[in-house]
Amino acid sequence: MLNRLKQFTLAAAVALALGATALGGAGAKAAPEDGGTLVVGTTQVPRHFNGAIQSGQATALASTQIFASPLRYDANWNPQPYLAKSWEVAADGLSVTLHLVEGATFHDGQPITSEDVKFSIMTIKKNHPFTTMLAPVTDVETPDPQTAVIKLAHPHPALLLAMSPALMPILPEHVYGQGDIQSNPANLKPVGSGPFVFEEYKQGEYYKLKKNPNFFIKGRPYLDEVIVQIIGDPTSMVLSMRRGDLDLVPYVSAVRDIQMLQKTEGLTVSDKGSDGFGALNWLAFNTKKPPFDNPDVRRAIGYAIDKKFILDRLLGGVAQRAYGPIVPSSPLATDQVEHYDLDLAKAKELLDKAGLKPGADGVRLKMTADYIPGFTDQGRNIVEYLRTQLRQVGIEVEVRNSPDFPTWAQRISNYDFDVTEDNVYNWGDPVIGVNRTYVSSNIRKGVIWSNTQQYSNPDVDRILEQAGQEMDPAKRAALYAEFQKIVVDDAPILYLNVTPFNTVYKSNLKNPPLTIWGAASPMDEVYWDKK
Amino acid sequence: MKRLLPLFSRLASTLGLLLAVVVLNFLLIQMAPGDPVSVIVGEMGGASEELIARMRAEYGLDQPLHVQLGVYVWKILHGDFGFSYYFKEPVLSLILQRLPATILLVVTALAVAVLVGTLLGIFSARRPRGPLNYLVTLVSLAGYSAPVFWTGLMLVILFSSILPLFPVSGMADVRGAETFLGGVADVAHHLVLPAVTLASIYIAIYSRLSRATMLDVLGADYIRTARAKGLSERRVVYGHALRNALIPVVTMVGLQFGQLFAGAVLVETVFNWPGLGRLAFESILRRDYPTLLGILFFSAILVVVANILTDIAYGLVDPRIRTRKPAAARKPKVTGAPR
Repeated sequence: MLNRLKQFTLAAAVALALGATALGGAGAKAAPEDGGTLVVGTTQVPRHFNGAIQSGQATALASTQIFASPLRYDANWNPQPYLAKSWEVAADGLSVTLHLVEGATFHDGQPITSEDVKFSIMTIKKNHPFTTMLAPVTDVETPDPQTAVIKLAHPHPALLLAMSPALMPILPEHVYGQGDIQSNPANLKPVGSGPFVFEEYKQGEYYKLKKNPNFFIKGRPYLDEVIVQIIGDPTSMVLSMRRGDLDLVPYVSAVRDIQMLQKTEGLTVSDKGSDGFGALNWLAFNTKKPPFDNPDVRRAIGYAIDKKFILDRLLGGVAQRAYGPIVPSSPLATDQVEHYDLDLAKAKELLDKAGLKPGADGVRLKMTADYIPGFTDQGRNIVEYLRTQLRQVGIEVEVRNSPDFPTWAQRISNYDFDVTEDNVYNWGDPVIGVNRTYVSSNIRKGVIWSNTQQYSNPDVDRILEQAGQEMDPAKRAALYAEFQKIVVDDAPILYLNVTPFNTVYKSNLKNPPLTIWGAASPMDEVYWDKK
Repeated sequence: MKRLLPLFSRLASTLGLLLAVVVLNFLLIQMAPGDPVSVIVGEMGGASEELIARMRAEYGLDQPLHVQLGVYVWKILHGDFGFSYYFKEPVLSLILQRLPATILLVVTALAVAVLVGTLLGIFSARRPRGPLNYLVTLVSLAGYSAPVFWTGLMLVILFSSILPLFPVSGMADVRGAETFLGGVADVAHHLVLPAVTLASIYIAIYSRLSRATMLDVLGADYIRTARAKGLSERRVVYGHALRNALIPVVTMVGLQFGQLFAGAVLVETVFNWPGLGRLAFESILRRDYPTLLGILFFSAILVVVANILTDIAYGLVDPRIRTRKPAAARKPKVTGAPR
């Protein structure tokens, strides 16, 4: 783990031969074959294709094929050269220097220079929804066309993950630099420098990308064409995949779909390809509302829930347990925290201690439980289980259904709830996707996925600020371990599982996208085994 | 001039109706919790307070409701349907992209329903106690009472999954067709299941309707005369009786055109058919007010046009009704809304 983290401080370039496979673990056997079409299925409609001003999987899937980024990542969280052939972090941590590959061009033939990198970083800083990602960036210097120096107000190790394809597409300034970028028509007709060139978008039906013959990595991509088909109904999508109409479906998370596809001849189902998103499923309390302002009540509920039952029975054994706020595969995660293993006696004891004695009807407490509409396995079924399970410790749960997402989001972000199932992404580095849930400066009414628990702990605020600026990987991991321990003990959130995003593909598809970003990363190495 | 007056009054009431459609729907969708920005932020995986405020201001969502409504109606009166909040595209171009698919689906389904329904009705009317009659009744009742989306899913499981005869969803193979004719055949192939699904409800209605009127008509004096003249049974049924038996069916088609759109929402969602129905449904979920209102406005216009076409069709079927609306007594007491 520490070796992996050393990369963050290496002041020397990691010059990997570009021909080597960047997909950790997928050892290339025979020479890859050129040609063929890849049909990808998704249920998500992209608003547009510009990942610099729009986050989310729908846009990232397209944006990462069309635009290149400074770095890319393998399956084990290691940064790899991409548009930056090498990079250095200054000893004081206040600047990061990128050396761009020579001779790289955008799809319109214009050369990529450090000016484009500067423009892109500043555009993302100003427009991207994830403000913490580039907040410390003060300036980007461009000493020559191949060199960009990112200046920082304070050390910012999260920058390395922020340079991933899904988060930092490099835009051509001559296309996106005119007028308001939000309404630039090129958002729907993108021009980038990635392995695939945008061809056409039939609104709500599909979009087509074709091979970029002048891609700066010679000999790639192998595929002639990538077509992304948008299928609104998940059931239809699974049927299409089983019939062989689709070649690849990323981010499949419904338990029954996964099990059905696993049984289908000629398909491979992998649970890799989403670690970077780090989607965690949990139960979050409104910690300002009595009696949930008492940590003992929250802990009691933690001990009353049988995580094993949830994972094995409700989630069919396809999901991994999450013990804390950081996705288990992250180099910064620890499982050395309280596990809240099932213990009904302890739960009752804690409820007694909190003064919640059973009434004549045996009920200690009445509460509501919400879930994100559309989340069946991870949402509705789990809160329904809570209803029956918590009866055993004298808690009466009323399940509240929301007709659609905005309804739920409005309730939760306005603190109109007791406990809710929630599904929140890590987005790679804790600074990008984890801090927002816990720091007291992010208690913002009306904003979903801010600190809607209204959890406030000065120690946590302090540790997270320190950890965000700590350049030494071992010390950084230690700080995050401390944070994880405190938050799990305080129990504003009870962690359940990692969302089982699976990547499903035809078995003769080679080098499938199974890195930490999965299909939201360039698919320049994917090819068909035509034998 | 006299002949134009009804036309003018009809036009005025139509415009009033359209305005009511806009205002009512505007207020209805505003009553749903959340707004388009909350949906967009949800899909982004979160956003900062500043960005959310900026987006709300950009869409004018920070204005009081009556101001938003006023602006919207003012724009509509100038033929400006505004921009989709979600896609940042003009609503009109979104609608025009999706309209052909819906018209293709609805018209095909209607044609299938009228043709099959009427034929079944005639067959069962000719032998009102025969086994075929009972079979027709059974099948049409099943089609009428099953929920549309369930019928659709069952057809997919039967004819796409178990017997791989038809595609699961969509309107065309995304890999593209070699030739133009190949493309047409491909779309037709994709059209079968959704059109049959949408038609399934109406087949039942039209077969019951045409059976009842056919039984009525076959007992009429002029039919007896025709038979007495020694005409063949086929000539009697298809030459003399059918024309009159069709009048209630034409009435129903006109009345149900709007409902067909409602059915199309479900069918398009199940079959991933890239039409207006699915866009409407998704626009509700996304709180994309301008797109939804635009579609509803458009559908209202289409229904009005359909009603006018119905009146013209009466004239073709029965020359006596060219100047007046059909007598209320002629209106069948069958209604069927897709569920």
